[in-house]
Amino acid sequence: MLSRVANSIFWMSTYLERAENVARFIRVNLQLILDLPLEFKKESHWKPLVHITGDESYFQEHFGDATMENVIQWHTFDPNYPNSILNCVQNARENARSIREIISSEMWEQINTFYQEMIHPEAKEKAFKDPFSFYKKVLLTCHLLSGITDHTMHHDQPWRYFRLGRLLERADKTSRILDVKYFLLLPKMEYVGTSIDNIQWAALLKSISAFEAYRKKYRTYSPNNVAEFLLLNRDFPRSINYCLIKAEQSLNSITGSSFGTFNYPAEQLLGKLRSRFSYITIEEIMNYGLHELLDSLQFDLNAIGSSIYESFFSPDVKKPG
Amino acid sequence: MPLNPHASNPMNFKSYSPKYFYDEYFEGFQAPRPFIKPLVDRIESLDRGDLVHRQRAAENALFHLGITFNVYGEQDGVEKIFPFDILPRIINSDEWDLIERGLKQRIYALNLFLDDVYNDEKIIKDGVISKEIILSSGAYLEQCRGLKPPKGIWCHISGVDLVRNESGQIYVLEDNLRCPSGVSYVLGNRLILKQTLPRIFDTMRVRPVDNYPNSLLDAMDYLVSDSLPDPTKVILTPGIFNSAYFEHSFLAREMGIELVEGSDLTVQDGLVYMKTTKGLQRVDSIYRRIDDDFLDPNCFRPDSVLGVPGLMDVYRNGRVALINAPGTGVADDKAIYSYVPDIIKYYLNEDPIIPNVPTYLCEKEKDRQHVLANLNRLVVKEVNASGGYGMLIGPHATDEMRNLFREKILANPRNYIGQPTLSLSRMPVLVKRHFEGRHVDLRPFVIYGEDIYVLPGGLTRVALKKGSLVVNSSQGGGSKDTWVLY
Repeated sequence: MLSRVANSIFWMSTYLERAENVARFIRVNLQLILDLPLEFKKESHWKPLVHITGDESYFQEHFGDATMENVIQWHTFDPNYPNSILNCVQNARENARSIREIISSEMWEQINTFYQEMIHPEAKEKAFKDPFSFYKKVLLTCHLLSGITDHTMHHDQPWRYFRLGRLLERADKTSRILDVKYFLLLPKMEYVGTSIDNIQWAALLKSISAFEAYRKKYRTYSPNNVAEFLLLNRDFPRSINYCLIKAEQSLNSITGSSFGTFNYPAEQLLGKLRSRFSYITIEEIMNYGLHELLDSLQFDLNAIGSSIYESFFSPDVKKPG
Repeated sequence: MPLNPHASNPMNFKSYSPKYFYDEYFEGFQAPRPFIKPLVDRIESLDRGDLVHRQRAAENALFHLGITFNVYGEQDGVEKIFPFDILPRIINSDEWDLIERGLKQRIYALNLFLDDVYNDEKIIKDGVISKEIILSSGAYLEQCRGLKPPKGIWCHISGVDLVRNESGQIYVLEDNLRCPSGVSYVLGNRLILKQTLPRIFDTMRVRPVDNYPNSLLDAMDYLVSDSLPDPTKVILTPGIFNSAYFEHSFLAREMGIELVEGSDLTVQDGLVYMKTTKGLQRVDSIYRRIDDDFLDPNCFRPDSVLGVPGLMDVYRNGRVALINAPGTGVADDKAIYSYVPDIIKYYLNEDPIIPNVPTYLCEKEKDRQHVLANLNRLVVKEVNASGGYGMLIGPHATDEMRNLFREKILANPRNYIGQPTLSLSRMPVLVKRHFEGRHVDLRPFVIYGEDIYVLPGGLTRVALKKGSLVVNSSQGGGSKDTWVLY
């Protein structure tokens, strides 16, 4: 397949996954805030959503205070912020538009509809009036797209790039969702382990559709258990370990390398990262520091992204030997 | 007696008048042509709201399918939906047979003409057409002299614009031999209309159009079939901002081949390759939707970033096929158009089956005087413009516009032709909740491969603005599905 096409499909799926996760961030926060005791509500609980992006200075310059309205407007509709849902959907659509002959017509139709809904004047009104329903709709649309993709697209090379983009982005975003909760609670360590804490962990798990799966495995909430589940579980589709395992499989099927070997630098980097998550224990993580681990994960994912670009998308390709 | 006794407010053509125009549906007031009658009966059995609802549903489907075109020079979002009208243009079998024969004859002759003007120049030597008029065409390419395209085919894909005047006579208005667009709307409109009016469609026995992508693939294969058992075929697009990008991508999808941009291709060691995730892969047959000028910066415009440097050398050496060949524009130059009847006569010793519209070449002294004296009655066109641009419709123009064209003609007579303003045929379109007559033309598509194939039907374009004669999508035109009956 064409390098340009591989690049477009990879980014299309990355942007769709990103849009879905931004909607998840906002839903986590809406949930968490509802369950907070009154004395907490005075403070701004929308700050963490600014902090985790790493784009605080942009936010302060353009919006100022981290009020709910500002944060929702920024994350969802800001036309100048590259990671707003609006921009993600627009970029996904632009990419899709340049590879319409590769993706199925059903996919294009759904992406196009998604975009038209986001730019409709009513979208903003709905988001502020009833944010729960609005973000639920965004999530459902993303799920619909994901299902349409898996069920209508030929599972050959383009689909593998689609999966790769989706899984790498999801690993990154799950790590950031964990950050939301930590930023929100860490300043008040006395609440750790209380019923408020439990409610919040439940809210967090629910917001990423992990609550039921978690409950089947663990009886109680503890930061260790939740972190273990979201970082190391092999079978839950949003856990980081799961994402890395499946991403590695996708990359292997693209290159034809057998599992545990590599022919490209990207495979080597991803294999190393996956091994780390396959064998590390939660105790080791906590000793090492959760934040430090998440930071280095995000760094490694960026390096893998660049390496994929170098090997597969870059225009300087060689002639067959 | 309406077919549906439950229709409380049935749609009807009672207030529809064909007036003094040729109407594609009605021979007279409330008198549908016999082959149209089943459709008219069925429409009149539908509730008014039902038909309006179906029209909306069809528009909605087009919107969600993203069947759009890009408009140059417009700020508010580059994509527009090509307006679509629910009532199909219908052509009966006898008339279609005539059109089909006429188009085959014309394309066959034009292809011989192209091969001749770039090689032996017999038609010039025999004095049928002057060397000057050919060399002065902006679309004549010196770089194509001596070119021998695979199988001797130059114009693999053509879209010939046909119009009908008030007496019912069909004319060729333009031959489009340079990557004409519109066929995706033919296929898209059919898809939508089959969903919108399934019962009517079923009863009318309409010839299918779905085979077009296969015919195109066959033609692409045929060009390189001698040397290659399984050639790699691609469509070359200028990219996402081109007005016909939707069509390029649509065709690539329907044909199951790669859609490439110039930067996806590279010429190495005398062959064309595309850049893939697994390295370079050889390309054998290119359906290019990039204009001649931009195709290869080494050969044509050096500032082109859309094309592929070195492509023309590979083509000249017969190591890749291009569809259409470069240089075909000389045969659809609007001044050379006036010679097409002579061209047909010269190569085939036949009279044209479909006539030309009478054309005055401003280059000729006598013709020019006639055009200048009749600017208020004639249509004046630039010989190399398309899309409804560079055109003066005398009867509808202001004095200012006419004076502007007078100056332009005097400054560069070779660049202009004049034609009588045709009273194009009309047919009903749905306007709000009733029918009104609008002017239409027809662009059938012709593929020249092992045989010459004419897609049954084509793109019926309709001037949606009341009284307008301009059907181009860039100028407020819409389209209709076109049904050719068995």
